[in-house]
Amino acid sequence: MTILTETVDYPDRVDAHPVVLSVEDIHKSFGSLEVLKGISLEAHKGDVISILGSSGSGKSTFLRCLNLLEIPGTGVVNLNGETVFSSSNSTYSTNRDRSRTAKLRSRMPMVFQGFNLWSHMTILENVVAAPTRVLGRPRTEAEGMAMSVLARVGIAEKRDAYPAQLSGGQQQRVAIARALAMEPSVILFDEPTSALDPELVGEVLQVMRTLADDHVTMLVVTHEMKFARDVSTRVMFLHQGRVEEEGTPEEVFENPQSERCREFLSTSNH
Amino acid sequence: MDFESIIEALPDLVDGMWVTLTLTSTTVVLGLFLAIPLAMARASGPAWLNAPIFAYTFFFRGTPLLVQLYLIYYGSGQFRGALESIGLWWFFRDPWNCALLTFTLSTTAYVTEIIRGAILAVPTGQREAAKAYGMSPWMRMRMVILPQSFSYAIPTYTNEVVFQLQATALVSLITIQDITGAATVRANRTFDHYELYLTAAVFYLVLVYLLLFGLKQVERRLTRHMIVTS
Repeated sequence: MTILTETVDYPDRVDAHPVVLSVEDIHKSFGSLEVLKGISLEAHKGDVISILGSSGSGKSTFLRCLNLLEIPGTGVVNLNGETVFSSSNSTYSTNRDRSRTAKLRSRMPMVFQGFNLWSHMTILENVVAAPTRVLGRPRTEAEGMAMSVLARVGIAEKRDAYPAQLSGGQQQRVAIARALAMEPSVILFDEPTSALDPELVGEVLQVMRTLADDHVTMLVVTHEMKFARDVSTRVMFLHQGRVEEEGTPEEVFENPQSERCREFLSTSNH
Repeated sequence: MDFESIIEALPDLVDGMWVTLTLTSTTVVLGLFLAIPLAMARASGPAWLNAPIFAYTFFFRGTPLLVQLYLIYYGSGQFRGALESIGLWWFFRDPWNCALLTFTLSTTAYVTEIIRGAILAVPTGQREAAKAYGMSPWMRMRMVILPQSFSYAIPTYTNEVVFQLQATALVSLITIQDITGAATVRANRTFDHYELYLTAAVFYLVLVYLLLFGLKQVERRLTRHMIVTS
């Protein structure tokens, strides 16, 4: 198995924090098209890793491979030292140990571009459903937890509304609360603000900033350059299924080494 | 218009109405319970299960209900010996059982396809979110996909129930005295066809009205999350 990404000294980073998520050499093909050509990543507790790249670079596919919405071709995904997926071990690649995988997977919930709140459930039900059904928490405990995370994203008063009655920004905040209620090890964000009206982007990013301040570990596929620059502990730039550039926001934004990355940053307004 | 004839016929028609209602409600309830697992298998089951279910729904949606009824009621008579030997003749000799069986098979076929379509109409994102939060396939079906599919299915399902209510009129052709059967028997005696069938039609209208009203309440309940109030 290929060794992890070369170790670089990040001055800001507390490497003493435990590794939460380690991903080794993920490959993924759709038919004959190879979308991911070996991507590795290591996230320590409290890391906010922004994943940038133009469309088709594989960034969303990479994120979806982590909690197995797409099954990687080859590679390893470890969460808190436990294997979620390993192509060299048939137990994980054939999904035989499904319930365990499902539980691990629920520890890295995803916030989707299109929110994907369950439309027939109230806001409270959306946040309570997975903790009670998947994690087996008692109802009262899950409701208490739900109310506290809803308050954290500033939307507790909408508990009895249905998703369709909320604005996009409010729905996305509920989606973040739904993720938080799982007491996640990592939250995966797949372009969380791309489907929002411009005036609603701010409220969602604001919530994400507070999470970063609280040291919630996050992987964020995004086009919000300012967010990536200000909030991330690390930035990854993907191009054609490979990591083209990686480092601290200062390194990537101020002094990009790769030509592709320079081009990308100069065309995106930040 | 011979009102006296109508009034005299009313007790028979009311009796017939209970027959119609019993037949319809039994059929509809059985059909729904059978159709849900079939629709699930059709929408997301393995191919070997999908093909025979499709063959079944295709047959029952592709042939006239009256032909199916005759096939089962009169057709079974030809196999009396065989049915007696396996102890099933008592079932098929009774027109009521034959009607119930035929209608249930028919409505199940239609409802299976209605629910299957509704399951497929549930947006992918809803399934993906359920997956990403660790729900098992069965949990996803029960918690997310089925409840949402019901809200898509209910308007079409209402039509099917109304259709089924009216389709029960066919049982009058195999000696059962439902609303239509009761009207026919009296009309053949009194020759007041116009009065009696008009009264029968009014009975159906009232039943359909009540049915639509009831199912509208169900629809409201099932689709309340789709209404944007703010």
